[in-house]
Amino acid sequence: MGQQALNGVFVGSIYALFAVGYTLVFGVLDILNLAHAAVFTLAAFIALALVDAHLPLWLALPLAVAAAGLIGIVLERLAFRPLRGRADSNISGLISSLAMATVFEAIALQIFGPDISRFPQGTFPDRMIRIGGASASLLQLCIVGTSVVLMAVLTLLLARTRLGRQIRAVAESPRAARILGVNVDRAIAMAFFLSSALGGAAGVLFGLAFNSISPDVGRSVELKGLAVIILGGMGSVPGAVVAGFALGLIEVFTVAHLGSSFRDAVSFAVLFLVLIARPRGLFGRAAAREA
Amino acid sequence: MSLARRWPLPLVLLLTAVACKEQGAQGPAAAGGGGAVIGAALSLTGPAASYGAQQRAGIQAALDDVNQGGGVKLTPLIEDDASTKEQGITVFQKFINRDKVSAIIGPTLSNTASAADPLAQQAKVPVLGISNTAATGITDIGNYIWRDSLTEAQVIPGAFKKAKEKLQFNTAGVLYGNDDVFTKAGYDVMQKALADQGVKVVGTQTFAKPDRDYNAQLTALIAAKPDVLVVSALADNAASIVAQARQRGWTGPILGGNGFNSPAFIKNAGAAAEGVMVGTSWNSLSQDPANQKFLAAMKKAGVNPDQFSAQAYTGVIILAEAIRQSGGKTGREDIEAGLGKLKDLETPLGKFSFTPGRDAQHEPSVQQVKDGKFQIVQ
Repeated sequence: MGQQALNGVFVGSIYALFAVGYTLVFGVLDILNLAHAAVFTLAAFIALALVDAHLPLWLALPLAVAAAGLIGIVLERLAFRPLRGRADSNISGLISSLAMATVFEAIALQIFGPDISRFPQGTFPDRMIRIGGASASLLQLCIVGTSVVLMAVLTLLLARTRLGRQIRAVAESPRAARILGVNVDRAIAMAFFLSSALGGAAGVLFGLAFNSISPDVGRSVELKGLAVIILGGMGSVPGAVVAGFALGLIEVFTVAHLGSSFRDAVSFAVLFLVLIARPRGLFGRAAAREA
Repeated sequence: MSLARRWPLPLVLLLTAVACKEQGAQGPAAAGGGGAVIGAALSLTGPAASYGAQQRAGIQAALDDVNQGGGVKLTPLIEDDASTKEQGITVFQKFINRDKVSAIIGPTLSNTASAADPLAQQAKVPVLGISNTAATGITDIGNYIWRDSLTEAQVIPGAFKKAKEKLQFNTAGVLYGNDDVFTKAGYDVMQKALADQGVKVVGTQTFAKPDRDYNAQLTALIAAKPDVLVVSALADNAASIVAQARQRGWTGPILGGNGFNSPAFIKNAGAAAEGVMVGTSWNSLSQDPANQKFLAAMKKAGVNPDQFSAQAYTGVIILAEAIRQSGGKTGREDIEAGLGKLKDLETPLGKFSFTPGRDAQHEPSVQQVKDGKFQIVQ
C-alpha cells in the first residue's frame, strides 16, 4: 500500500512536471503545442550526450534543461510566431507544432539512432532508502524533489516577478497587455522558454528514472500529459500539478487492485467523468471571459 | 519581412520531408552475382532491433560459408521491417513483386509474420521464419510457411521443468506484455507449463510495449510473495523489468521467455540479470562440427553469437540444402519441394528436421545468466 502510493507519487511528479509546461503555453496562447513531447525527448538525449561526454550529472541536467528552453524559443519562432494574428492561428499553430514535433523526432533518430539508449551505469549512485514499509531509490526521491522545486519556482515566478505578471497579462489579453507597454512577443517567447525547459526537465528525469531513451520516448507521456492538462483545467498551472499526481496515483492503484490491463481504461474513464461533471476541468477558468 | 513571415512553415515541411526520406533509406544489400535471390525481412529498427542486428550477422556469416563451399550460390537482399506489421507487409510486397525473390527469410517478430506471411502464401513464395516462436498463427497460415525456430510451446515446458528441479519453487508471480502476439503467446504457454508442474500462480500483471515504468505491477506481484517471478517480454522491456524488480527488492529467481535470449538483455540489465533462467533452442556449448563452424564464423565477424544469430545462420543453411535437394534449381516451387525433403540436417542448432506442420524439430536447452553471460545449465 505504502509502496504503491510512493510509486504513484513518483510517476505522478513526472506527469505533473511535463504537464505544467504544456498547460502554460496553452494558458498564454490558447494553442496546444504538440511539439512539447518532442522537446521532452530531445532534452533526455541532450542530457545523455552530455553525460556520455563525461560531464557530471549535476552539470548535465541544468545544461540540458537550458537547451530545452532554447529549443522552445526556436519552436516559437518557427512554428507559432509567423502564424500569429492570422484568423485561423489556433488550428494552423497546432498543425505547424505537429510538423516541428516530427522534425525534432527525426533529428533525434538521425543523431541517436532508433535503438534504446541508456545512461552509463553509475551515472547516479544506486542507493535504496526505506520509508516505513516502503522503499525508494535515492534517484526516485531526488526526481520527486526536483519536480516539486521546479513547479514551485514556476508558481513563484508567475505570481511574484515582473516577467510573471507580463506573461499573465498576455494570457488575459495580448492587446490590453500591449497597450500597457508589455513586449508581447518577448513575453510569449519567455513563456515558451519556461514551458520547454520544464518539459525538458521532465524528459531528463524520465530518462534517468527508467534509463531507457529512444526517439519515440515522448509518446509514453504525450497522451498522459494531454489528459492531465484537460483534467486539471486547460491553462491552469496548479490544476496540472494536482491532476498530474492524481493520474499517477490512479494508475498505480488501478494496477494494484484491478490489474494492469485496466490501467488506461480507468484513467481515461476518470477523465471522462470529470469532464461530464466539470467541463472546464478541476481548476479551469470560466470560458465567458474570452472575446 | 513578408518573406521571413512566409518562409518558416514551408521550410518546416521541407525539413520534415527530408528527415522522413532519410529515415526510410535503409538501402538493400547490393543484389547481383547470380544464384538464388533470398529476401530477408529483419527488424533492424524498432523494439526488436537488438535481435535483427544479430540475425543479419548470422545470415551474412552463413552466406560466406555457403557461397565459398561451391555448388549452391545465394544472393541476399536484406530489408528492415522496423518491428512493425505495416512495414513488414511493405517489405514482403517488394520482395514478392519487384525483386522476384526465390524465398524469404524472416520477419523477426511473430507479430509481423502473422500479418506479412499470408502475402507470401498467396503468391506461393516459400517463407522460412528464423525467430517466430508464437505457438499458433505462423506455420498454420499455409503450406509455404516454414520455420527453423522452436516455438515457446516446444521450449518453455522443458525449461520450466528443469528450473523447478534446480530451484524448487511452488508459487509464481507472472508479468507479460499483452499487446504483442509473441509475448502473449509466451504467457499462454507459461501458464500451462506452470499448471503442469503444479505451481500456483499467486498474481498476474500485464504491461504494453511502450511502457517504461513497471514499478506498480512489480510491487503488486512482490507483495503476493511468490517463490519465483515469471516474465514474458521482448529484450528491451525485459531488461528494464528485471532491473526494476531488483530495485524493488526482489532477490528471488526470475524465469524468462525467448525474448530474454539476447546479449542485449544482459548488457542492458547489468548486474540485475544475474541468475535469470531461460529456455533456449541453441546450446552454445555444443561440440558438433556445425556449431563449431558457426562459432568460428561469428568470431571472424567480431559478433557475439546468440540464439538469434544461430537460428539465422541455420536458416540460410536450410535454404541452401533445399536447393541442393531439388537438384540445384532455384525456382520458388523447387525450394518449396526441397524443404519438404529435408531431414536430419547438421546445423548449429543440432540435427534439424521439420515436423509435418513445417515447424522446427530439434533438442532445446536451458541457460542461466552467470557472471554476465548465458551459461548452459547441464
